[in-house]
Amino acid sequence: MIGLNHYLVISAALFSLGIMAVLTRKNAVNVLMGVELILNSANINLIAFSKYSAGNLQGQIFAVFIIVIAAAEAAVALAIVLAMYRIIKSVNLDRADTLKG
Amino acid sequence: MDNALLAEIIFYFFAVLTVASAAVVVFARSLIHSAFALLFTFLGVAALYAFLGADFLAATQMIIYVGGILVLLLFGVMLTHKLYDLNLKSETFQFLPAVLAVIAVFATLVIYMLRTHWHNGGQLPAMPTTAAIGELLMKDYVLPFEVASILLLMALIGAAMIVRRKTE
Repeated sequence: MIGLNHYLVISAALFSLGIMAVLTRKNAVNVLMGVELILNSANINLIAFSKYSAGNLQGQIFAVFIIVIAAAEAAVALAIVLAMYRIIKSVNLDRADTLKG
Repeated sequence: MDNALLAEIIFYFFAVLTVASAAVVVFARSLIHSAFALLFTFLGVAALYAFLGADFLAATQMIIYVGGILVLLLFGVMLTHKLYDLNLKSETFQFLPAVLAVIAVFATLVIYMLRTHWHNGGQLPAMPTTAAIGELLMKDYVLPFEVASILLLMALIGAAMIVRRKTE
């Protein structure tokens, strides 16, 4: 019988993999992919709790707003990455150290 | 074969697809492989939404993530690398400490998730959710809905401003 715990474990795995991408990747676009994984894991949690724990639709409404935030975040972050590429000719996050004292 | 067993097999198929392709996203050497593995992760997550009875969100996931965000990320990959540079490697650093930290985070999350007795307020019946979500968005959640639309407008204008070339 598939229950709440199955979904929680999947979402914990997705969250950990997203953290892994954010921590280890040097490429800015790859870090963004990790952030998308983290947002997806949060959404799985919200919808699973909406079905198995709350028994109403509020979790799904919350997930709709998270998808909106994710879309806005991806657009702005890609714009910043492109601007960074134009200025320092690289998307390697180690090279974005202009503000380092 | 009864229906419950079949549903369980399909659920585990999509669960493994989601987590395995997410692992490919994180560990693949090539950026293009990462981007295409992300496609399968998003598809698997949409299938999990469908399993949870969230039909509207499954369709939204397909349209926005697969049709929008993934294409945007692929544009990001293509525009920031020379196209004849076929290998498009992504370097990693601090690999071992990161693996240890992530395993610790995962173990803690799973242990405490399985130990907790979650509140059980009854299950959502399996029914189409689109009409109910639309009604909630237009009644109880109309202010967050409008704020979200303003946020999207701001993101649109901001992104266009950031990438615009300065005219000298």
